[in-house]
Amino acid sequence: MSSILLSAKELSRYYGQQQAVQNVSFEVKKGEVLGFLGPNGAGKSTTMKMLSGNLSPNHGEIIINGYDLLTEPKLAKSHIGYLPEQPPLYKELTVKEFLLFCAKINQIHSSNIKKSVDTAIERCGLSQVHQRLIGNLSKGYQQRVGIAQAIIHTPAVVILDEPTSGLDPIQIREIRHLIRDIATEHSVILSTHILPEVEMLCDRVQIINQGELILSDTIEGFGQHMQTSRLLLGLATPPAINVLQNIAGVVRVVPISNTQFNIHYTPDNNPINEIVGQAAKQHWQLNQLTPQQHSLEDTFMKIIRNEAHSDEQGV
Amino acid sequence: MLTLAKNELYRLFLSPLAWIILALSQLILAYLFLTHIDYFVQIQAKISAIPGAPGVTELIAMPLLSNAATLLLSIAPLVTMRLIAEERRNESLPLLLSAPLSTYQIVFGKYLGTFGFFLILLLMISLMPLSLSLGSQLDFALLASGLLGLTLLLASFTAIGLFLSSLTRQPTIAAMTTFASLFLLWIIDWAGNAQITAESSTLFSWLSLLRHYQPLLQGEVNSSDIAYYLIVISAFLAMTVRRLDSERLN
Repeated sequence: MSSILLSAKELSRYYGQQQAVQNVSFEVKKGEVLGFLGPNGAGKSTTMKMLSGNLSPNHGEIIINGYDLLTEPKLAKSHIGYLPEQPPLYKELTVKEFLLFCAKINQIHSSNIKKSVDTAIERCGLSQVHQRLIGNLSKGYQQRVGIAQAIIHTPAVVILDEPTSGLDPIQIREIRHLIRDIATEHSVILSTHILPEVEMLCDRVQIINQGELILSDTIEGFGQHMQTSRLLLGLATPPAINVLQNIAGVVRVVPISNTQFNIHYTPDNNPINEIVGQAAKQHWQLNQLTPQQHSLEDTFMKIIRNEAHSDEQGV
Repeated sequence: MLTLAKNELYRLFLSPLAWIILALSQLILAYLFLTHIDYFVQIQAKISAIPGAPGVTELIAMPLLSNAATLLLSIAPLVTMRLIAEERRNESLPLLLSAPLSTYQIVFGKYLGTFGFFLILLLMISLMPLSLSLGSQLDFALLASGLLGLTLLLASFTAIGLFLSSLTRQPTIAAMTTFASLFLLWIIDWAGNAQITAESSTLFSWLSLLRHYQPLLQGEVNSSDIAYYLIVISAFLAMTVRRLDSERLN
């Protein structure tokens, strides 16, 4: 048996004329956390809705744990847990009542209902509030109830759509911790537009922009994706910018202040020696030379910009 | 399906709406019930001499059921409006849609839950005429026929309300359209009575919810009337299922 729990093939979805998702294919393996990254309106939520059976794709197929979501929806759906952007809660119920209901509609056997509700309450840290009305809980706790609802039937795949949006930093940290915990038992698909979240939580990342999957890589590969590197250079008496520009290997010079520059270069042609040599020879008074780490943010922006750029060129 | 129905009924009773509806409709109908009794007591002496004169059931219970139908016509939209429209507005519909349930289970569950509420209301209403049996002879067959009529009527109200609630995300719009549709189906029969043209009048009076209720109030149980209600109920439920399915596609 392969350990692929969810596979989506050539998913496409139109809203009228507008194409929201275009030919998206991917797989999720057992125990993997897959991050869907993209700016707002890129088609993340549409993809999540299709995976959870809330929206049918115009084209393509979704196989969940061996069941086709379109031809055997009931069986397929019993293997997924879904938390939409807005947690689907009945605010007039208490946490426990709500989870009991969720356990029942997810067809958990009646002898196991109590146990699975208790487990979900405990895992999501809801023991303190399980008697309270959902409507009276804070947004962070409501989000936890939403997550509890998604994992109550121990599905193979848990789909979380922007699970940390609208929370305060402490709640975000707690929810991330919870997601990490969930990932030990379930495969998780997570959509977000926050880069550090992907860095912290995901094993694999897919970038989606304008409905198309433009990158799918492991988190390490993602970090190395960018081709050029940067140096932060500080000179007390700097030369004209075009002098720096003309040093072999330098791709681009971006001044930060009068005495500080960002030097972009290609990794296979490192200009550090040349810069240091020239600085000593011409008395630029070198006082800072720091290689810059690439944050995911840069990479993300770069990938998305490149994509938009090549689109323009294509037109 | 039953879980959904139970949850629907339970959530309904968590809101004050259900209790207020039960209390106020009971209050209004009790007042009407008393006026009917009053009237009956007044004319009792006159009609007691006539052989085959109408009895308590005809003069008190049946008018009460007739009044109850009119009252429920205006109440039903308030109960059914929230069924799907409110779930949509609270964005809680994905909970049901991504659970391993078929659309028809969702629709039936919601339908049964709401219908259950109306059955409770009906039970409370029927207690009033039944209380007469303490001091008088009731025509139980007639009463049963009338109650069957009211049950079928309420079942149709619920189905129509459920469908209209599935069309919108605003509960108030659902309530208004349901009320308008029910009212129209109620009075469409007046055009039928006017007999402008023979063909349209038969069609209109056949469509009327009221026209099929009256024979039952008179103790006439026609299979055609019952079939009419069953057709209305199943048609609107089927339309609701289709509507929810098509939402997934569009």
